[in-house]
Amino acid sequence: MNRYLAIVPAHNEVGAIAATIGEIHAAAPQFDVIVIDDGSTDDTGAAALAAGARVVSLPFNVGIGAAVQCGYLYAQAHGYEVAVQVDGDGQHDPRDIPRLLAALSAASDTHLVTGSRFLPAAGDGRAGDARAGHRSTAYRRLGIIVFARVVSMLTRQRVTDPTSGYRMTDRIGIELFARDYPSDYPEVEAIVLAHTYALHTREIGVRMRPRRSGRSKISTPVSVYYLLKVLLAVFVSALRTHPQAEPGPLSEGAP
Amino acid sequence: MSLLAAAARVTETTVTFQRAGVIVFAVVVFLLVFELVRRRALMERYALLWLGAAVVLVVLAVWRGLLTSVSGDLHIYTPVNALFAAGFVFAVSLLLHFSMVISRLSEQNKVLAQRLALLDQRVGTLEQGSELANGDAPIEAGTRAVGKR
Repeated sequence: MNRYLAIVPAHNEVGAIAATIGEIHAAAPQFDVIVIDDGSTDDTGAAALAAGARVVSLPFNVGIGAAVQCGYLYAQAHGYEVAVQVDGDGQHDPRDIPRLLAALSAASDTHLVTGSRFLPAAGDGRAGDARAGHRSTAYRRLGIIVFARVVSMLTRQRVTDPTSGYRMTDRIGIELFARDYPSDYPEVEAIVLAHTYALHTREIGVRMRPRRSGRSKISTPVSVYYLLKVLLAVFVSALRTHPQAEPGPLSEGAP
Repeated sequence: MSLLAAAARVTETTVTFQRAGVIVFAVVVFLLVFELVRRRALMERYALLWLGAAVVLVVLAVWRGLLTSVSGDLHIYTPVNALFAAGFVFAVSLLLHFSMVISRLSEQNKVLAQRLALLDQRVGTLEQGSELANGDAPIEAGTRAVGKR
């Protein structure tokens, strides 16, 4: 069994899931792939199994945060040492996984590495192309700028892309996220959460691709709610006093 | 003189009518809550709350001076305003309480869904492993799956 796990949350991604799994296997063969099928109504689960991934099927749609946390619970229970989140819709290029792993391994005090679309992606020397690779609406860009400012302020370090779900973390991060992971729109909160537990994080540049299937669930009115909800959650979590990460076994964690 | 007496009588009749109305309303709430508990549509802990509210209404209707003296103590000049204020506070705190209950239920629901999904996957792996072990496949396939935690 490998020590590395790729967590692929997927909700109705039958058109993209097999290709994503194939790319992960090709680009990072030392990673096991677990697809978290978040209550899909199409054949996402079957397609993922056929593509050679393991599949955990949630009985109904629980949302991205709980789905990703389910992946971390799996990683925790099976003793994985590194876990990377890769979206099932093809936005994240699995060829960046080895670079994320190199960045995570480079410093022993780095526990979480985020792929940022706003930093220059190494290799081809091109700047991270938010415009070409990942088309955003004006509201969305504004939201990302606001989040980046707030998160940079709270964590006292430069965070360029707090909404990126392309993340790799080590055993400490796995145990933290298995115990506590935000529910809706979790990416921004998760970064702040990691810092609350004094886990060092860093970013490297990656290129995001247009999604292969599905649509973004974030429309304009939703994005206003998203902004307010995440800001509230981020400020509240900054006010919480968490102990250092010492997550207990699965059976203790439930409230 | 007789006009005033008549007016007083009319007011008296109206008040009696209102009190009867409140009591009937409270009794209806009481019976409805009882029936819901009997059908297991409402848990006892919430039923007690509503039964308590109905009892308060009946007490206020029967004990005429109570509302007036309580609102006097609170420096509220119109007794009915004290009633409205109390009802409003009651409703708001109830709604807040329900929001908390729903938040907790959602969290528990999430944990259940995750554990169910993980167990489901594990059972599938174990079954696959034991089928392999029972068949011609090497025994390690089965033991490895069982030993994996």
